[in-house]
Amino acid sequence: MTLNKSKELLLEMKNIHIDGFSDERWHKILKGVDLTLHRGEILGLIGESGAGKSTMGKAAMGYTQPGCKIIKGEINFNGIDLAKLTEFEKRKIWGTKISYVAQSAAASFNPAHRLMEQTISAANRLKINPTDVLKKDAVQLYESLQLPDAENIGDRYPHQVSGGQLQRIMTAMAMSPRPELIIFDEPTTALDVTTQVEVLSAMRSIVDKFNTAAIYITHDLAVVAQMADRIKVLRYGEEVEEAETRDMLSNPKEEYTKSLWSVRSLIKPEETNEDYMLSIKNIDAAYGSSKVLHNVSIDIPKGKTVAIVGESGSGKSTTARVITGLLPQLKGEIIFDGKKLSPKLEQRSKEELRRIQIIFQMPDTAMNPRQTVDEIIGRPIEFYQGIKGKEREAKVIELLKMIELDETFLDRLPSELSGGQKQRICIARALAANPDLIICDEVTSALDQIVQEGILKLLQKLQKELGVTYIFITHDIATVKAISDEIVVMYQGEVVEQGLKSKILNPPYPDYTELLLSSVPEMDPDWLTNLLNKRSS
Amino acid sequence: MLRLSLGLVTVFAFSVIIFSTFSFLPGDFATEILGQSATKSAVKALRAELGLDKPPVTRYFDWLGNVFQGDFGSSFSGRSKVQGDQGDRSREVVGLIVPRLKNTLFLTGVAAMLAIPLSLILGISAALYRNSYYDRSATGVSLVTVSSPEFFTAYIFILLLATLFPVFPTISNVDEASTLAERFYRTALPVFTLTLITMGHMMRMTRSAIINILSSEYIEMAKLSGASRYEVIVKHALPNAWAPISQVIAINLAYMLIGSVVVEYVFNYQGIGRLMVGSVYNRDLPVVQACALIFASTYVILNLIADLIGIISNPRLLYPK
Repeated sequence: MTLNKSKELLLEMKNIHIDGFSDERWHKILKGVDLTLHRGEILGLIGESGAGKSTMGKAAMGYTQPGCKIIKGEINFNGIDLAKLTEFEKRKIWGTKISYVAQSAAASFNPAHRLMEQTISAANRLKINPTDVLKKDAVQLYESLQLPDAENIGDRYPHQVSGGQLQRIMTAMAMSPRPELIIFDEPTTALDVTTQVEVLSAMRSIVDKFNTAAIYITHDLAVVAQMADRIKVLRYGEEVEEAETRDMLSNPKEEYTKSLWSVRSLIKPEETNEDYMLSIKNIDAAYGSSKVLHNVSIDIPKGKTVAIVGESGSGKSTTARVITGLLPQLKGEIIFDGKKLSPKLEQRSKEELRRIQIIFQMPDTAMNPRQTVDEIIGRPIEFYQGIKGKEREAKVIELLKMIELDETFLDRLPSELSGGQKQRICIARALAANPDLIICDEVTSALDQIVQEGILKLLQKLQKELGVTYIFITHDIATVKAISDEIVVMYQGEVVEQGLKSKILNPPYPDYTELLLSSVPEMDPDWLTNLLNKRSS
Repeated sequence: MLRLSLGLVTVFAFSVIIFSTFSFLPGDFATEILGQSATKSAVKALRAELGLDKPPVTRYFDWLGNVFQGDFGSSFSGRSKVQGDQGDRSREVVGLIVPRLKNTLFLTGVAAMLAIPLSLILGISAALYRNSYYDRSATGVSLVTVSSPEFFTAYIFILLLATLFPVFPTISNVDEASTLAERFYRTALPVFTLTLITMGHMMRMTRSAIINILSSEYIEMAKLSGASRYEVIVKHALPNAWAPISQVIAINLAYMLIGSVVVEYVFNYQGIGRLMVGSVYNRDLPVVQACALIFASTYVILNLIADLIGIISNPRLLYPK
């Protein structure tokens, strides 16, 4: 974040057009985007999924994914037009002059080789330094990235280290040949917030240290604000606007840019209810021999929303599985509307099944791709309420109206819907059973910011109209603020605390809640710096 | 260790199946040898002598006990036919099988040494130049070879390389005295046949295993770090493809061994396959059982080796968290 960066041009991309082939035809992915980058500068590329930001990032290397091609444009890197080079010539630049850090570190390391071997493979190709010098250098990189046991961690295989560590090792791998440019492609998206902070600070300090230029691709404005000197916003393959980070945050010009963080302005006044829809008491649960829930007790007030927050592995989704009966508990009981529920799904009555519904994270995989919207929503109506024929169709249309869609959707297949529409259909399917309790398992995590806002508003509207109770499982604090009445914080299979939103989100905090809340990036370019100073003091 | 014991159990189960199947076959050696008109008492006497009158369970355990000591019993045929004849010409099954087993192992071994490297190279290069004319013709031809039955392939070879262009002999008779060069020359056609019928499958599976891996993210990552095409395939894709490839090789080696039954018959090669066919024809139970048991154990051993390769090539299994 130093301001005295050189003004020497490193990369200049002009009028980039890229087409991609899918569904039997060519689509335009990028429609004439320009980009300039100076030495030592970090540019943030931001946009929703499908905006073309990742394609743009890879195009900066002169690379396109299989099924894509560069139609038009220049990619001048150090005065060489990468678009004109042959595959063989580009390989001399890839990995050594420009390196790439991918989103999913776990999938991007070759499982068959040790980490050290992979870290230095690109630098080895340069044949400037002998292997043992490179290895020593890699250990130093590991150290400056604050990896534990830097001396020996390179001897491990990818499956033997955690996701956050892998992401840092990939950064070391990118840095090993001392490239002039690093492309970071959503490097922290797959990580938990508390891990994200560590990885972000490690990446930022090492890029600063070697004065490497970088393009940082993400959909999260708050994250990019910590990393980038300048931010460029993309949408539908076109540039929306570009500005210095501070200017962009304090004074976004375009409506679209403003809407990118609108979800964070959604706030629900909290209410509670002494009458509980569901209480789970002292639940223990396990997958095979590994115990994942320890003595979990949660109360869900009628007609309200309880958010269960925690990192991956905290047991929040397992809790949902226990409530629905998919995973019978070992110990403890579930009281639903004053009556005890049997742990096993098979032993619950149809009526009990009807009253508890679940909506999943990935609408793509939660729907049968060969069923039309009519069949998807109609089946639970028929199954639970025994309504058929014309009446059933009327009911489906009524539900579609409720989720702000209309009867033109009846004959569509899931593949003909957008991500947000798919999730709406999933909500309608849950509502079709006329339930009292809906468990929403990370329902907005796979969606873009604007779409998220729409879904959250819809869920709130439905609660007001129908009085349905929600359990909202999420790791995103902004979503929690937007929708919940009460919050349950979970960590390693235990409940850290439960209470009203105002109580949980305000001090005094238990240690873990404090760590979790403080790790959520804020729209302040100094947030990370301040946080690190505060934590180290 | 668990796999090893599972393998033993499989072989044991096979032995039960083999034994019971052959025991329940209609007709027996005694009636076969003495003819339909034999007197009841003569049949009975012969059965008693061969131990066929005992209940099957007893016979099974007798047999199994002997097998453990490396004794597969004596062949039924070749024994003295007339009561009181001097000199029992009955042969030990082991003595009968070992030289023929050696022959078969030679045949399949040579074929395997030809087929495995060839199909790996063809499969990898087809994956490397995916959708090129080379790839299309290689996969197309391999489909033809996989689909043709082995006797058909064998006769095509005979037609081409023995009749039209007499390069190799049609009859592959070798004996103890044959030199190695002679053996290679005489077994050329059966080796080619076995190679061709197994190569197609191995090549296609190698190709698809590699292509499957080529779409994973770490391959894109390798490309973006400047790895060449060759490096991507050999260093990044192949190490992760060993497990599926070794499974296919194991299945095909076993198939080769079974295919040798037909091929040996066609080329009149003195191998175990031919011996087995002949013994079934003669109802020579001890020999058939021994051959079947050898086939079954080879299959199990090959699969064990494939599993082992799968474990060794996968660090996730070799080095737990």
